[in-house]
Amino acid sequence: MRLTEPRPLLQQGMLVLAVVLLFALVAGNVQANIARLNIEVGFGFLQRTAGFDIAQALIPYPHSATYLRAILVAFVNTALVAVVSIVAGTVLGLFVALARLAANPLVSLLALAYIEAVRNIPLLLQLFFWYFSVLGSLPLPRQSLDLLGAVFLNKRGLSLPAPVAEPGLFPFLVVAAAALVAAWLLLRRARRLRIASGRPQPALLAAAAGCLLALLVYPLVFGRPVAWQLPELHGFNIAGGVAIIPEFVAMAVGMSVYGSAFIAELIRGGILTVGKGQTEAGLALGLSRARIYARIITPQVFRAVIPPLTGQYITLLKNSSLAAAIGYPDLMLIVAGTTLNQTGQPLEVMAVAMGCYLLLNLLISLAGTALDRRMRIVER
Amino acid sequence: MGRIAAFLRQCVSTPLNAVISAAILVWLGYAIVGTVHWALLDAVWSGPGPQACAGVDAACWLFIRDRIMQILFGTYPEQELWRIATCGLVALALGVLVALPWRSGKLPAVLAVLVLYPVFAGIMLHGGVFGLSVVPTAKWGGLLLTVVIAAWTIAASLPLGLALALARRSDLPILASLAVLYIDLMRGLPLVGILFVAIVLFPMFVPPGVDVDVLVRTLVAFALFNAANMAEVMRGGIQSVPKAQHEAAMALGLRPWQVMALCILPQAIRAAMPGIVNVSVAIIKETTIVLIAGLFDFLGVLQSGLIDPVWIIGDQIRQTAYFFAGVVFFVVCFGLSRFSARIERRLDVGRRY
Repeated sequence: MRLTEPRPLLQQGMLVLAVVLLFALVAGNVQANIARLNIEVGFGFLQRTAGFDIAQALIPYPHSATYLRAILVAFVNTALVAVVSIVAGTVLGLFVALARLAANPLVSLLALAYIEAVRNIPLLLQLFFWYFSVLGSLPLPRQSLDLLGAVFLNKRGLSLPAPVAEPGLFPFLVVAAAALVAAWLLLRRARRLRIASGRPQPALLAAAAGCLLALLVYPLVFGRPVAWQLPELHGFNIAGGVAIIPEFVAMAVGMSVYGSAFIAELIRGGILTVGKGQTEAGLALGLSRARIYARIITPQVFRAVIPPLTGQYITLLKNSSLAAAIGYPDLMLIVAGTTLNQTGQPLEVMAVAMGCYLLLNLLISLAGTALDRRMRIVER
Repeated sequence: MGRIAAFLRQCVSTPLNAVISAAILVWLGYAIVGTVHWALLDAVWSGPGPQACAGVDAACWLFIRDRIMQILFGTYPEQELWRIATCGLVALALGVLVALPWRSGKLPAVLAVLVLYPVFAGIMLHGGVFGLSVVPTAKWGGLLLTVVIAAWTIAASLPLGLALALARRSDLPILASLAVLYIDLMRGLPLVGILFVAIVLFPMFVPPGVDVDVLVRTLVAFALFNAANMAEVMRGGIQSVPKAQHEAAMALGLRPWQVMALCILPQAIRAAMPGIVNVSVAIIKETTIVLIAGLFDFLGVLQSGLIDPVWIIGDQIRQTAYFFAGVVFFVVCFGLSRFSARIERRLDVGRRY
């Protein structure tokens, strides 16, 4: 580097000086403002009792819970809505991408219309639409829309059957784990032998299938490991089952739909880059269509779309911060909203909120990088 | 004619395809007829008041008409609307002037316009000098606010983004790593978070007693956030220019800044054009977020109109408002992306390498 030459050295020295001066100026202002407004400093508030309710808490959140616990609840809520939207958005996006590439031009055109409509309308408007227009116009609990008497949808949200552990759950889990591990080991062995000998290994494959079949038969013999508690109408409300708040439903649906349009375009791009030549080469080798898709096309498409998909997932996570606008208790609403208002310590609270987003971001990009490295072809 | 025939043939290429096509056509027919009835034929276009829409299961354009001034300008005083019109006309005139095919000195002229117009528009809209009465930003709203925020953000994030992209590629390691840190930090945080920081923390960052307008804070947050996005797009453009171009320009004896300004950037910006438009479309969509900062933009005015007790007469009002907002955003954003596709094709013609 030219670090030792006088001019670059001087330029960088001045740059560092400018940055330090800017920070010193801001820090001085912050200190003056804190002294003037008589604001408490430090993270002591984290251990104090929060004293507000949170509409959705996946971890225990008693009345005496601290701010730290409230922030944790909000963190889990943000992560939950992001993960659900990412998974649902990817599945939906895959279907839209396939529709976009369909041989039937009408199907393709319809998929294009979906993509353009969803991409060109602000997410906030779409969330308003799902929350106020769609969920808001649903019937009251007494006239809930129900599916087979197990799933109920109304103005107050969605009710699903809740799994309840039966006494046989623990032994079942042990047996299930053993069967899955055995099947995996058998399949791996079959694959190695097949590659070494060039012959298929039907006996090993059958043994692996037997393991999985045993897993299906087990509950029939020893009883169900899990019972389902159905939601029921009690008075003016639905009781029992898992109750999902309408804010979550609106967020999950809105973000999945919004994400699916972008994801569909990424997947379509990935499929197009693999190209026709690969399919033709596979056919020339005498492989079946199914095998070509499973072994040649899909891995390459997967490889091509992982980096852009990771970026899209991070965007979706960041978009989840719009939850505050419809009242879903995420990091923005609970931390930057309620906690900030109650403690009056904007500096510390915003640092915590932004730190949480950076942490979630880091987790997604680490997962993406790890997957990318595993999938990458090692080139010489 | 041939293309339509080919299209139709593909629709019925196999029996299954024919069935699918028929099903889609039937569904499309119902959907289109239903939408036309809802939005146009059965809709209420005029009437004495909200009761004209009561019980009508179709669009209530009366609601939009009733509030059109707020939707367009917020609570901007009516006798001062000429100022907005002047700003719009001047912008239109400048746009036409720039679009005309003249060449000499165009770049400095465009740069001068980009610097001077925001000053002019700011003075015109806010007033307080030259005998113009002050219109506080709290009175700005509706489409006016959306346009102000979007136009400012796009115009400000372009030079900022370019500076960041150049800093990131600089030979000076401290400068480059500072740029990387800034870009990654901004791109790792949600805009809502940045906006919150601007709203609640900005007052703590300035000397005590200095009060910064909420709109100004919002504009700063939008510009700083989107500069990072623009920087990445520009960096992509700069990287797409072959290294030989750089070497060739150096060999001609140009100075480093001349190489950048005369050789690399013109090609880089052309390559980055689609990305720049994408970021601009994203900016237009995300202006709606200012609702969280307590500003009433285009969507915010519509949304707040829905809680007016006079208009709580049924779901059709809300549906009309969202339909209207959706169509407006779609037309602008989709139009812009089509426009960019056309520019891209036009620029492609001149590519030689």
